[in-house]
Amino acid sequence: MNLTVARLTVRGLLGRRRAILLLVVPVLLLLMAVVASASSTADTDKHDLTVSILGTLGLGTLVPLLGLVVGTGVISTEIDDGSIVYLLAKPLPRRVIITTKLAVAVLTSWVFAAVPTLIAGLILDGTADRLALAYTVGTLVAGAAYSALFLLLGVVTRNAVVVGLAYALVWESLVGNFVKGARTLSIQQWGLSIAKTIASPGAITADVALGAAIALLVIVIVATTAFATVRLAGLTLSSDD
Amino acid sequence: MTNQSDFPALTDGAAADAAPGAAPDGVIHNIGYRGYQGPRLGRGYATRSLFVQGLRGAFGLGRSGRSKVLPMLMLAAITLPAALVVTIAIKGGEAQLSTDYPQYLASVGLLFAEIFVAAQAPVLLSRDLRYATVPLYFSRPIVRADYVRAKAAALVAAMLIVTGLPLLVLYLGALLGGMDFAHNTEHFGMGLLAALLYSVVFSAVALVIAAATPRRGFGVAAIMGVLVVTGIVATIIAGLSAGGLRNDGANGATWAYLISPSSVVDRFVNQVCGLASDSPGTPGMLGAAVFGLEIVALVVGAYLVLLRRYRKI
Repeated sequence: MNLTVARLTVRGLLGRRRAILLLVVPVLLLLMAVVASASSTADTDKHDLTVSILGTLGLGTLVPLLGLVVGTGVISTEIDDGSIVYLLAKPLPRRVIITTKLAVAVLTSWVFAAVPTLIAGLILDGTADRLALAYTVGTLVAGAAYSALFLLLGVVTRNAVVVGLAYALVWESLVGNFVKGARTLSIQQWGLSIAKTIASPGAITADVALGAAIALLVIVIVATTAFATVRLAGLTLSSDD
Repeated sequence: MTNQSDFPALTDGAAADAAPGAAPDGVIHNIGYRGYQGPRLGRGYATRSLFVQGLRGAFGLGRSGRSKVLPMLMLAAITLPAALVVTIAIKGGEAQLSTDYPQYLASVGLLFAEIFVAAQAPVLLSRDLRYATVPLYFSRPIVRADYVRAKAAALVAAMLIVTGLPLLVLYLGALLGGMDFAHNTEHFGMGLLAALLYSVVFSAVALVIAAATPRRGFGVAAIMGVLVVTGIVATIIAGLSAGGLRNDGANGATWAYLISPSSVVDRFVNQVCGLASDSPGTPGMLGAAVFGLEIVALVVGAYLVLLRRYRKI
């Protein structure tokens, strides 16, 4: 960790008007929660509602999108405009740069996704079935894994956002809907698997066993960070866009 | 200089007038440059060139191999399932394709069309903003409106190719498979209407966002966010007051689909063409009128915003 790098990264990520784009996520989650709980009647299935807002909208769509913007935003913008060379020229180990940027990305995704998930869950369903807590933990883990994965993409390719979108939407959502095996390799399902363990039995469905999910999460976070360090060590700047 | 008569030095006389014997310092030779006297191709030609370049650029043609990968991949991803549908139908000797043309776009094609437009709209606009090449365009005969028109037309045309190609594959496959000509032609027409509306509406949304940011990454994520997240939010809201999340009630909540561009197009086409839809809950004819108006308002509004954006660079 290096505080100066962290400060510069935060400024690059949230400075000027960019924070507004990220603010969409918490605002949308909370707005949906308030609207839903205000308009729900006695016969509305609150459990269903919570699963669809926190699960489908939050964990399924907003968390990957946020992870995408944050994970690529902390490093690929600097690689794009070439200012990364000033950072690389400093006597800092590359792994410090990567871990610092990863820490900023993870914390940002926690603040902008996990905290609102907790509040939205409490508004929607109170503490029933421990759903709010479960989805919050799921979002914490998934947010960290998405940040690590998309940070790696940001170092590896110039089209990080598009490749990340393809993974999050095509692989996790589209292919995962049809091919059951694809769900094993899906960060969203790993997060759901951990959420499932925390919530009351039967409240959340997940397709990956807990042990596998935790192992895969750790492997992905460590491996992507290590690989990103290696790639950053041998970075070639190209102007081809 | 061997043949001084052809290239008379401008300052010969002046040099001779100055102190004889002193070496002349600073001589400008006229080496015979001439101004261009031929025909000029003008504004229309420049705009057409910009359109063609934009259309080629949207598919990465004339660019590096790496920029061809993504658009071509999306084109393949949207077309191959259509080929698969045709193959299965012909092999099985069926009398009809298993999917209707507009439904194909709304279900299989939607995501790929969205990714294509999200990825390529910033390619058309953001780069010009970032590298400050826009002023160079405006130093040519084209005016600002021409630039906007050419870029918008290029993206819409590219989207038309992306959404139209799978429909063409389905249609040709159906005809070659000897299926009912009249029915297929009619529904192919409906599919083309849907393709046109998707192209125009998605392009409108994408261009406005892409013109607002010089950063390609942010642009892509923002466009995708708007197109995908609004769809999910609309579905949830529509399900809310339908009681539970089955969204089977044709009631006021279906107006929630107004916030999602893709749902608006899908439901408008279904209503106008009288198709039975997989996605129930379309408001009636009034809904169709409102959805149609919204499409027009969205497109015209986006165009005006773009013109305004480029008034001052």
